[in-house]
Amino acid sequence: MEALATAFELEDVSRRYGRRWALARVSYRLKAGGSLLLTGHNGSGKSTLLRVLATALRPTLGRVRVCGRDAVEEQAAVRAHVALLSHTSFLYEDLSAEQNLLLLARLLGVEAPKSAVDEMLERVGLGARRHHPVRQFSAGMRKRLAIGRLLLKRPQLALLDEPFGELDPAGITAMEGHVRALTAAGTAVVLATHLVEQGQALCTERLHLVEGRVTEP
Amino acid sequence: MKRPSLPRAVWVLLGKELALEWRTRARLNALLFFSFATLLLFSFALGPDTRQLQRGAGGYLWLGILFSSVLALGESFRVEGENAALDGLRLAPVDARALFLAKALGNAALLSLLSAVLVAPMCALYDVSLALGLGPLAGVLVMGCLAISAPGTVYAAISSNARARDVLLPLLLFPLLVPALLAAVKSTQLVIGGDPMNQLGSWLGLLGGFNLIYWGLGFLLFPRVIEDG
Repeated sequence: MEALATAFELEDVSRRYGRRWALARVSYRLKAGGSLLLTGHNGSGKSTLLRVLATALRPTLGRVRVCGRDAVEEQAAVRAHVALLSHTSFLYEDLSAEQNLLLLARLLGVEAPKSAVDEMLERVGLGARRHHPVRQFSAGMRKRLAIGRLLLKRPQLALLDEPFGELDPAGITAMEGHVRALTAAGTAVVLATHLVEQGQALCTERLHLVEGRVTEP
Repeated sequence: MKRPSLPRAVWVLLGKELALEWRTRARLNALLFFSFATLLLFSFALGPDTRQLQRGAGGYLWLGILFSSVLALGESFRVEGENAALDGLRLAPVDARALFLAKALGNAALLSLLSAVLVAPMCALYDVSLALGLGPLAGVLVMGCLAISAPGTVYAAISSNARARDVLLPLLLFPLLVPALLAAVKSTQLVIGGDPMNQLGSWLGLLGGFNLIYWGLGFLLFPRVIEDG
């Protein structure tokens, strides 16, 4: 039942890098299908929080539950329902756009992976460049392929770290469309961005971080 | 969506390893030239004494493969580090044991191909013939390459995030590989010079045991190696 009610739940979550606390006693709860805007200056802990939610990092202290499961004890089960759009694209430079998505589709067990990938490449506007290696792509094209990678997974919780960065105006509009489509489909979204107005137009809740602590914006 | 089984995931990831190697053939060419140059340098360093070259041919071949393996293993994780592609796979989520098996098998395949290409130059440079023929030599080369790639893959993953990764990998790997290297060199020498005392089986047994231990350890330990502590 909890899986249906809550996208994630943080209880006094802290994360330390060496001596520096990147997150300090963060508590928050996002309902399933909700949308949260994460704001804060550079180094405020936004990316660390997203990586903790994605189970890429373990919290040093505190408890994290994602889609009703403990993010430390049930890591694989959590990962199956969460997708992260990070600063790094997770793409293989020497594989083509199509090969990158096909690899993921096959590992996810997507039915009819080839047609699903064809459809996704068209959706993110890279159909004409499907056979080109990622190494030849601009930063904006990489971002578009990375969002295609996220959408292919059909997650219950989508974590977007600076999704508008490196995109041209048309790309930004398309990205906004992808975020709206995710929320319309019932996917919970956490969006970390410095573009506050743009983010507020897409999200219903807001969490502001200063030096790893939750504060009023 | 139905997640693939472990063998299916290994198969898909192995396909990715081979596709990456094919896409970056320049790296493979560099590896071939490096190992060939190593064989050539040994022959120059030891001079024209043919008997000495013949006695040490197996050792020189395996040192050439070993030195090249450090480059190949390091490179295989450099590719994963670009854009944090390995993070992308583990968050997909892909079973870390499948990642290990695919990566280690891919490295073993690359080293086996490299060693097969080096056989002809070895015979020419050191003036040796294969008393037991190509079949037993192929078996020794594949088993030796498997023995390098299993611990090599684990240590390459460990050292890939270190600042001095190029120094760290051989420092960790070479001492560990001494028994496997000894068995591979002795087996190769027996294939070259003949095996009147039937010792080949014992040396291959040592190689097989080494493989069993380190492929098993890699399979069990790799998930801990790539996950955040």
